[in-house]
Amino acid sequence: MAATEKQPITFAGPFNGILTWVDERFPLMATLKSHLTEYYAPKNFNFWYYFGSLALLVFVLQILTGIFLTMNYKPDASLAFASVEYIMRDVSWGWLIRYMHSTGASFFFVCVYLHMFRGLLYGSYRKPRELLWIFGMLIFLCLMGEAFFGYLLPWGQMSYWGAQVIVNLFAAIPLVGEQLAIWIRGDYVISDATLNRFFAFHVIALPLVLAGLVAAHLLALHEVGSNNPDGIEIKNNKDPKTGIPLDGIPFHPYYTVKDIFGVAVFMLVFAIIVFFAPELGGYFLEYNNFIAADPLRTPQHIAPVWYFTPYYSILRANTVNFFWIDAKVWGVIAMGVSVMIFFLLPWLDRSPAKSIRYRGPIFKAALAIFIVCFFILGYLGTQGVSEGKTLVAQVCTIIYFLFFLLMPWYTRVDKCKPEPERVTK
Amino acid sequence: MMNRMLAVLACASAFLSIPVGALGSEAEVKLEPAPIDVRDAASLQAGARTFVNYCLNCHGASLMRYNRLVDIGLTEQQIKDNLLFTADKVGEMMNVAMTRKDAADWFGPAPDLSLIARSRGPDWLWTYFRGFYRDPKSATGWNNTVFAGVGMPHVLWQLQGDRVLREETVKDSAGREVKDSHGNVSKTVRFETVRPGTLSPVEYDTVVRDLVNYMTWMAEPNQVLRKQVGIWVIFVLRILVSLSYALYKELWKDVH
Repeated sequence: MAATEKQPITFAGPFNGILTWVDERFPLMATLKSHLTEYYAPKNFNFWYYFGSLALLVFVLQILTGIFLTMNYKPDASLAFASVEYIMRDVSWGWLIRYMHSTGASFFFVCVYLHMFRGLLYGSYRKPRELLWIFGMLIFLCLMGEAFFGYLLPWGQMSYWGAQVIVNLFAAIPLVGEQLAIWIRGDYVISDATLNRFFAFHVIALPLVLAGLVAAHLLALHEVGSNNPDGIEIKNNKDPKTGIPLDGIPFHPYYTVKDIFGVAVFMLVFAIIVFFAPELGGYFLEYNNFIAADPLRTPQHIAPVWYFTPYYSILRANTVNFFWIDAKVWGVIAMGVSVMIFFLLPWLDRSPAKSIRYRGPIFKAALAIFIVCFFILGYLGTQGVSEGKTLVAQVCTIIYFLFFLLMPWYTRVDKCKPEPERVTK
Repeated sequence: MMNRMLAVLACASAFLSIPVGALGSEAEVKLEPAPIDVRDAASLQAGARTFVNYCLNCHGASLMRYNRLVDIGLTEQQIKDNLLFTADKVGEMMNVAMTRKDAADWFGPAPDLSLIARSRGPDWLWTYFRGFYRDPKSATGWNNTVFAGVGMPHVLWQLQGDRVLREETVKDSAGREVKDSHGNVSKTVRFETVRPGTLSPVEYDTVVRDLVNYMTWMAEPNQVLRKQVGIWVIFVLRILVSLSYALYKELWKDVH
């Protein structure tokens, strides 16, 4: 920070003294200024710009409800299932905390998926925001791990067999796979040892990493400044006297107040589900997970929770043993690549325009088809396999990858409109 | 802008969703909607009685405390006097009456029923309890339309009586056999009572409805409270939405 002389704090009435004392020993005002009151965000944020702050809200909500769940949950294969029901039945308001946590898990993914879609719409991953995007992708990966580890904890049939299926994927890796799977489980099957380590990952390891990544994501954002629906840099047009971007407004109070409205609407939708449809037709809480885990009884139909189903479809789509390597291995590779490929977006996209508003018809069509394929894959992942469904999944998987692999070509040939000088309404 | 995006999405989905729609789904037994109401205390109490008398002999509800029945309008004394067969204290769980060893010797442990209404669903239970029929080919002499080869005999048979399944070909108005799209003759099944039970069909349905109602309530005893609280929370949040919107609009008036 610049070595300007610090002024005594005058706006906090009876707290002026203590805050001045703190500010002399800690960059209190400097931090508030640089991240809130003098952080200038573009004034033209639209609907899609709510989901970053909402994802942060859900993160805090998950940590808070998680703390209270941990107080009564027993990470022990013989007690876990009953302890969750104990929370649901005997702990005061335990049902509310548990439903908030289970609904929060799904809503975390809703927010993050919409947040990522926003990035696709307006090219938010483009230079100079590549690292911001990479931090975001790392958050997404961590979140997937967090959801996967957490899903084992209720120790229901779907918890158990879902974990069994996913850990067995690692066993498909040639040579070391079998040993690797045993190392992950700590046993030959999913067992008490697995439950204990997944509990450790879920409640401490990954939340810590997530918190760190969220901080890095925000710091990187405030370093480069927010993108906006026009995809142009507001820093290119500054007031010559003040140096403030002409199209920028202070984050606080403008966006804090706007985000509070977003939070209120979000909480309303969240509450409707928590109080009136916590299972959401088996999508948020799977019906089979109300049966305690039974290692001797495999359910007829094992499906992951909705937020993993697009990738699950990609995993199952490949049925051919290319180059004499087992189809399952290719499936695992395809699934891994389908997530990881998002990291490359900043370098795959060669369009002169960032925002979809000024891009040509090819990108618009490509994005629309990609989203539709993503939904179809998601739907198929909830269903059992059949010949027809596998064929559709294969077609969608190919389109999914073509969206990325052909991007350097189609974004270059696409006919873009000129970007405006200043942001539009 | 937004509308055009949506239009493109809609066109693309129309184009891509055709094969998905044509896939069809696996044939499943059609479940009838259970006519239950978890706020009906009289029905829940009757269901609790049936549950304790008939189900708890072989099944447990090991996650459900007896004294939770206070929530459906019973007093602790009533629970002690009428329902407490498998425990000494009202604070204990609804454990199974039979010993583990007997269960293993006879037919293997029966599943715990605490959450069965959440995994199977009330409609399944309702159809299941009304789907038993005599089947000489099965070990117990009973079979079920929604659970083929079911291990449990028809425990409520004295109430419902003996029924058999009659298969009939579907005929159109001219008396000809109807064929489905695969060219197979369409058939329907119907139950035929060969020996009536102690209850009339209507009375039996009432017993089953109360039982399913109770089991649905027992699977989540807080569900009524949950919805009551929910109405208040949503009321408060709607006010918060209005206030925060007004604040946002007021503050943003000077942003152009």
